[in-house]
Amino acid sequence: MLHPLAAEEQAPLLPVWPEVLIGSITFAIIFFVFYKKLLPSINAALEKRHDEIVGGMERAQQAQDEAQQTLEEYREQLKDARHEAARLRQEAQEQGAALIAEMRAEGQRQREEIVATGHAQIEADRKQASLALRQDVGKLATELAGRLVGESLEDHARQSRVIDRFLDELEEKAEAAR
Amino acid sequence: MSSDQLLAFEVDCHLFKDCGFDAPGVHSFFFEPIFTIGSVNFNKPMLLAIVGTALILSFFWAAFSKPKLVPGKMQMIAEILYDFVRRGIAREVMGKKGEPFVPFLVSIFFFVWMLNLWALIPIAQFPVSSVIAYPVALALIVWVTYMTVTFKTNGFVGGVRNLCVPGGLPKPIYVILTPIEFISNIFVRPFTLAVRLFANMFAGHILILIFTIATWYMLGTVLGTVYATASFAMTLVITVFEMFIQALQAYVFTVLAATYLSQALEEAH
Repeated sequence: MLHPLAAEEQAPLLPVWPEVLIGSITFAIIFFVFYKKLLPSINAALEKRHDEIVGGMERAQQAQDEAQQTLEEYREQLKDARHEAARLRQEAQEQGAALIAEMRAEGQRQREEIVATGHAQIEADRKQASLALRQDVGKLATELAGRLVGESLEDHARQSRVIDRFLDELEEKAEAAR
Repeated sequence: MSSDQLLAFEVDCHLFKDCGFDAPGVHSFFFEPIFTIGSVNFNKPMLLAIVGTALILSFFWAAFSKPKLVPGKMQMIAEILYDFVRRGIAREVMGKKGEPFVPFLVSIFFFVWMLNLWALIPIAQFPVSSVIAYPVALALIVWVTYMTVTFKTNGFVGGVRNLCVPGGLPKPIYVILTPIEFISNIFVRPFTLAVRLFANMFAGHILILIFTIATWYMLGTVLGTVYATASFAMTLVITVFEMFIQALQAYVFTVLAATYLSQALEEAH
């Protein structure tokens, strides 16, 4: 039979101190290594993993927000640009209309001016012509009269030729004067 | 080790051979020393405790010393175990206040479990925690921590109140309750903590021994072999049951330690 220790020593409820000591020391070693090295190490890793996951989600959210914001901005800008374009177009239209009106007025004014000038010129020419005519008519009448007197007045045909010749001369003069 | 140390019974004795059944008993828990230093005997449970420590540390060292963001298999398993103690015991029993005690509780849980597990590991096949000195050592450590935390949190007077005077009861009751609380918290708690673990593992080991030895003892004749088969089946059943008990006792030990510490952290009423 295998009863290595004497019966009186076999008290299973009586702790043997060396064993208590070994138990305590081994536990202390386990605790120390866990406390100092292993658990801080794994906790850091777990923390980091948590951050990565949560942070990744946060980053995605952030990116989405940013994209949304940019989109809003672009829409705003587009709206502004449209407004601006419409405004410019209207302005251009207005300006064009104003320009046309102005030019039309200017043209009208110039035309009237030209017309007025023309009228004045014509009037002056007419006056001058009438003046010259008045002088010339007197002189010519005198000259004609002198000629008529100079020629014998009996021949009617001759008289008539003289008048015709005189008129031709006059026309030639007028031609030459032009 | 000689075969006398490896096997806890006589190998040549069988049923119907005029040889009595060498029942396992208290003697199954005492071992010839492997060597002796002075008056100190170094025996098999001591060796198992030390090797167990090395096993725990090498497993968790491999898993946790260089942790990866995306864990490998080993780290994953270790993380699940760690999380079980951290969340399932410390957080569950002590709440947020339990965080500083997580390393302590983790050490207790895995150390106790390892000591229990030796019961099923081939060649060792002996639960170290069935030697009362180891539960006593752990219960003492828990008790010292319990007392330290009590007095550190509440001061001396507050600590005594915390240990002896539970709040919210009519005054006359304290005449009876105060001594009971005092005895319960200071003496009974560490005692039951140690004895509960010891007795469970002791009984479990005895059961496995009885059916294992009986299986061998009854072999030889036809009738005996039938008996032996039944006995072997029982060995398997008990072994599976013991696997459960080993983890459960480690869990219970740790939960109770956490409960005591949680009570120590409570402010005096």
